[in-house]
Amino acid sequence: MTLTLTRAGRRAAHGAPPARWRGKKVQGWLYAAPTAVIVGVLFVVPLVLVVWMSLNRWPLLGPAHFNAPDNYARIADNPLFLDAVLFTLKYTAITTVLLSSVALGLALLVQERRPGVGFFRTAFFLPGAVGFAAAALLFYGMLNNDFGPVDPMLRALGITHEPVKWIGTPNMALFSTIALVLWRFAGFNMLILLTGLQAIPVEVYEAARSDGAGRRQIFTRITLPLLRPTLALMLILSVTGSLLAFDQFFIFTNGGPDNSTVSMVMVVYRDAFFRFDLGGAAALSVVLLVGLVGLNALMMRRLR
Amino acid sequence: MRRRLAGIAILGLLALTSAACGGGGGAGSSAEPAAGPATITMWTRAATQAQSERLVKAYNSSHKNQVKLTVIPTDNYQPRIAAAAGAKQLPDVFAADVIFVPNYTAQGLFLDITDRIAALPFKDKLAPSHMKLGTMDGRRYTLPHTLDLSVWFWNKDLYQKAGLDPEKGPKTLKEFAQQATTIQDKLGKDGKVHGTFFGGNCGGCYVFTFWPSVWAAGGQVMNPEGTTSLNDRPPMTEVFTIWRELYDKKATGPTAKEEQGPTWTGFFPKGEIGVMPMPSTTLGLMPKDMKIGVTPIAGPDGGESTFVGGDSIGISSTTKNADAAWDFLSWTMSEDAQVEVMAKNKDVLARTDLAGNKYSAEDPRVVLINSLVAKGQTPFAPRFGQTFNDPQGPWLRLAREAMFGDASKLPQLNAEITKSLQQ
Repeated sequence: MTLTLTRAGRRAAHGAPPARWRGKKVQGWLYAAPTAVIVGVLFVVPLVLVVWMSLNRWPLLGPAHFNAPDNYARIADNPLFLDAVLFTLKYTAITTVLLSSVALGLALLVQERRPGVGFFRTAFFLPGAVGFAAAALLFYGMLNNDFGPVDPMLRALGITHEPVKWIGTPNMALFSTIALVLWRFAGFNMLILLTGLQAIPVEVYEAARSDGAGRRQIFTRITLPLLRPTLALMLILSVTGSLLAFDQFFIFTNGGPDNSTVSMVMVVYRDAFFRFDLGGAAALSVVLLVGLVGLNALMMRRLR
Repeated sequence: MRRRLAGIAILGLLALTSAACGGGGGAGSSAEPAAGPATITMWTRAATQAQSERLVKAYNSSHKNQVKLTVIPTDNYQPRIAAAAGAKQLPDVFAADVIFVPNYTAQGLFLDITDRIAALPFKDKLAPSHMKLGTMDGRRYTLPHTLDLSVWFWNKDLYQKAGLDPEKGPKTLKEFAQQATTIQDKLGKDGKVHGTFFGGNCGGCYVFTFWPSVWAAGGQVMNPEGTTSLNDRPPMTEVFTIWRELYDKKATGPTAKEEQGPTWTGFFPKGEIGVMPMPSTTLGLMPKDMKIGVTPIAGPDGGESTFVGGDSIGISSTTKNADAAWDFLSWTMSEDAQVEVMAKNKDVLARTDLAGNKYSAEDPRVVLINSLVAKGQTPFAPRFGQTFNDPQGPWLRLAREAMFGDASKLPQLNAEITKSLQQ
């Protein structure tokens, strides 16, 4: 603020900023230009276009016709999307709770430097190195009742006697998918939390211990409060990622059985690329984006 | 989300920029003569990859013009076409599942080739179902590319082991059910062999394998315009009932209910299934030592029909190589290509006048399949894909309620299908 006032004062005194300042200003713009261009071309322009598309009947080929607000009005008549909203919220809630708990548990397990801890950190993180689509296919193959190895193994161990329908019922499909997501992302989230845990000064723990705090008290009074910013980051990533879930359901469950695992982005994809209703898909995307921005703003305010 | 939004928007951006840049081209660009040998691009889906590759290889080895073929996974094909069309990046030539053709034509993706087809000496001998779906308002847009017919395959070895006559396949759907049940009862105790199989979570599989029984019984599944569904009444309901009984008796294998489509044809070649509907294109891919009988799909009490599926092929409306593209397309219809490439590999021919040829005569099953081209049907509906093939479409819900759930919901779900057809 002081600097700004000083600059303003100088400008007022001399009439125009000195050449040195102008040079710095140009230099600043030049530094920012590549990023600005990328953000402009890859985000702002597409965003404006999507909004424009959502106000038009937009065929694959040929001219678009302005039809606002039809594309938005039709959303209310789209039961698949409305069901998908409820399903995606349910999936997000369950996934976020489980993912945070598992990731925090893993991070606490491998928090301290002990012999062999590097092996476990690597082992927990390793699934994160598998592409998500590949992981979904892997689970599809592993849990397949016809050729997957998991069922025969469970039967050989006497745990099950009949083939388990991993994606055969709505609940099983949801929980099998959550298992896939946990396997794939718990290690990555563990890593985020681990950085947060290691940023907590050892002295704070020592002070707490010398004051007679037990393990539980240390966890609830020291670890969790000091981990809050990192937890907030993880929560935002998890909630955003879950609300935009696509690959896991598209590849692993294909939205089934009986449309019970159709996520919001799957409906957008279906409208755009199977129904060729690009305007309608753009309207759904805009609604999704507005919801997501609102939710993230709310979360950031609450978790700050 | 940003990436998806960006994807969709970039598609629009590309469409806008290419429209702005290509203003001078327009429709007239399609007639530009190619100077010297041209290379045209072609897309096809993986399901008919083998046939496309053979045709392209034979064409490239005998012509100066060359075709560059790209094979795209079947499940991704429609989205890829949509994205490419939006960005005006379609290949010169592309094949498409014949049932999607009316929608693509309505979207303006194919070039009008009415006059070119009219000049072909065999224009009246082209597979009628494919030609019908490639015609809109009297104008023609596509040629048949591959034909894939649904027929019943039966495993003669399993029939013999189960005490059935290995040379006598089913003549009615009821006989089919009896024979499948016998196989299940006699050979299915160890859980490996099953009487029959079907894709229970796959909309496309249901239409391909169940609807021929409806047509064979003299029924219809839609009105001729493809805007009203008739799937809540006999003979469709009767067909569902027979199949449902097979499922309830556990004669269909435990995973039929979950089968989404990619692996539904994989069990028969392993010798695990007694009798089931199969695509005719798989006949040439069966194990050499496997004794397989082939018979037309029948209705509950007889008759015979088939779903004439497969691909049609057309020139994209955005091509700049229309003449070179037509040279390839018209060659694929020639006797040389049809007999020496398609018939030689036991494929069904796109021309009815060539059905009896030196290769088909070697295998009576191929003659039978070829003869069904004229008897079968390809259902017409402008909104076919989103209604019947899409896993989130209304047809799969109806079929699954009829097979595994509450059959009394059929009228209500049938109304949903009609609604989707009329969108």
